[in-house]
Amino acid sequence: MSSIAQKKGFGATLWDYLTTVDHKKIAILYLITGGLFFVIGGIEAMVIRIQLAQPDSDFVSAGLFNQMITMHGTTMIFLAAMPLLLGFMNAVMPLQIGARDVAFPFLNSLGFWLFFFGGIFLNLSWFMGGAPDAGWTSYASLALASPGHGIDFYTLGLLISGFGTLIGGINFLVTIINMRAPGMTYMRMPLFTWTTFVASALILFAFPPLTVGMVFMMVDRMFDGNFFDHTMGGNTIIWEHLFWIFGHPEVYILILPAFGIFSEIFATFSRKRLFGYSAMVFATVLIGFLGFMVWAHHMFTVGLGPTANAIFSVATMAIAVPTGVKIFNWLLTIWGGSIKFTVAMIYAVAFIPTFTAGGVTGIMLASAPLDYQLHDSYFVVAHFHYVIVGGVVLGLLAGLHYYWPLMFNTMLSEALGKWTFWLFFIGFHLTFFIQHFLGLLGMPRRVFTFGANQGWDLYNLISSIGAIGMALGVAVLVVNIIRTIVKNEKVGRDPWGDGRTLEWAVPQPVPFYNFKQTPLVRGLDTFWIEKQEGNKEGMTYAEPVGDIHMPNNSFIPVVISFGLFVAAFGALYNGEQPWAVPVLILGLVITFGAMIVRSLKDDHGYHVHKEDLMDEKGGKH
Amino acid sequence: MAHDVHAHVRSQTEYEYKRRRSANEMRGHVTTFAIMIFLTLIAFTMVYAGFSAYFVVPIILLLAAVQVILQLYYFMHMSHKGHETAQLFLYSGVIVAFITILTMITIVWW
Repeated sequence: MSSIAQKKGFGATLWDYLTTVDHKKIAILYLITGGLFFVIGGIEAMVIRIQLAQPDSDFVSAGLFNQMITMHGTTMIFLAAMPLLLGFMNAVMPLQIGARDVAFPFLNSLGFWLFFFGGIFLNLSWFMGGAPDAGWTSYASLALASPGHGIDFYTLGLLISGFGTLIGGINFLVTIINMRAPGMTYMRMPLFTWTTFVASALILFAFPPLTVGMVFMMVDRMFDGNFFDHTMGGNTIIWEHLFWIFGHPEVYILILPAFGIFSEIFATFSRKRLFGYSAMVFATVLIGFLGFMVWAHHMFTVGLGPTANAIFSVATMAIAVPTGVKIFNWLLTIWGGSIKFTVAMIYAVAFIPTFTAGGVTGIMLASAPLDYQLHDSYFVVAHFHYVIVGGVVLGLLAGLHYYWPLMFNTMLSEALGKWTFWLFFIGFHLTFFIQHFLGLLGMPRRVFTFGANQGWDLYNLISSIGAIGMALGVAVLVVNIIRTIVKNEKVGRDPWGDGRTLEWAVPQPVPFYNFKQTPLVRGLDTFWIEKQEGNKEGMTYAEPVGDIHMPNNSFIPVVISFGLFVAAFGALYNGEQPWAVPVLILGLVITFGAMIVRSLKDDHGYHVHKEDLMDEKGGKH
Repeated sequence: MAHDVHAHVRSQTEYEYKRRRSANEMRGHVTTFAIMIFLTLIAFTMVYAGFSAYFVVPIILLLAAVQVILQLYYFMHMSHKGHETAQLFLYSGVIVAFITILTMITIVWW
């Protein structure tokens, strides 16, 4: 085996990606699929803004509008933001800790394909009788009354993709706990690895409640269960609790890795060690912990009683403390640094005030009495777009520019990147800042239109014009990506010149085994330390060159996931079509058959031999 | 990534230390096992004696919790070194589960 790239036909490349268990290739798959769903979710957002640009608009019908808002939220959270972050985690985290792959490469691939088929299944609803239409939260009282199969697509699709995410989270946890290079103690882990660790722990604890909720909903809708039907002794509030016990940690699952990306960017482009590293780690863990204690702030108006509301209100406000610690640490990292304003750094700097604005409205909403006024208004819409777009999406765009050279050995155009930034950033604030005031003026969330005499016309029009800016920004980004791929100019190792952490010390293109010799980590910002000491290779090694054990590629993850995809159609049409039950059984047979094959067939992987490693240019990079 | 397997010869002191430690561990195992059998006997006896269900059920649940802890610490090696991460995640999971159950029985209105 050689790591030197060979020309391959399209079929061979496709097969390679279908069967790959390499974390770097799975990262690319996540990036492509997540990017695709991001564009789909963006188109849905544009439809929403076109509909709301004018009063009494009939661009889409009320029913279709409900499907649009539901699918926009669901797609952006589950199928765009999370997979894109998982993509970056896959691409970067193993390199940052000096590992040759994640702990379970096969499961990594399985996690991706489950997400992929779940996402495709959910989006097929558009062509098969209508998409889900009860909002991304899909409250049971509404969802149970929804006609058609939309909600069934939602529950089954998210169940399948949720398994994938859970598997991914566990995999990262095991990797970080067990596979750190010698010398990489917990308190020497780069902050992106730390946030990946905490976000994975949140996935581990948050997804089971979601799965339970989804199964309840599925049983209620498809198999005549009564978990949420109060006329039969069920309780619709249980769904809300289960959903938000998952849903609130979910927003931290999204934002923490984005925090990690920003922390790396601030340190790199300020050319300073991250200020207050240990405080940052502590704040990350604390946010993760508190994230589980606050979910009922989404439910203040449900009527939990003043005691419960007060407890959750205080707990929610407490989260502002560790988040504030982070904000100040980032500012102090920049302070006095030798700053280089690359596109990634511009995103990072713009993120601070934007996210802080979202955080401040968060504190306002955390106050239960005020929440009674603002609940389900456009103020809430403005708030969560400020934290999710102003935090997570800016993080993703920054990370895309920052890690692109690491993943593809080419560099995105900085000039076009700045165009994207300004279009997106101005468009974003134009769209969402004014929505705070729409909310204060009383415009409720999720309405499909409004009257001309309600005084909301101008603000909605401004908001829609802003959305065009965001769309143009993304269009420029797509052009930038295509141009970069076509030009294909290789940039080599440490393209930013100021890489601090281990991933930048790896030779480019990254060999499929990552590290010829496991590195020895001598402190925080390993690569920086080595560079300061004049080490041209960028790494001190912990072991001599030896055989490397690698896993074999496998097609089984695709088969397992495809089986569940087929079974989902059977469950969906249960009791309506004569073929439903056979299809359900067929799908489960495919899945469990593939699992049995995997269990019974021994696959010990293969070894890259020492002699082959030495052959390439005498064992040096 | 073990490349070379080092053969390790135990010295006499080391051998005795290991022996003593195994003996200690064995004693722990046997003691715990005896306690667990005893707890199980109490549970069965309580049901057999026909006490009120309101008395029996909480006590049995309590005994079950004690048994789980004994099981984890003495038979699944949680008392040993190097299991701190497992403990952290186990207790975090217990806290999350506890809060969820607490919620379901207190602030879900019927």
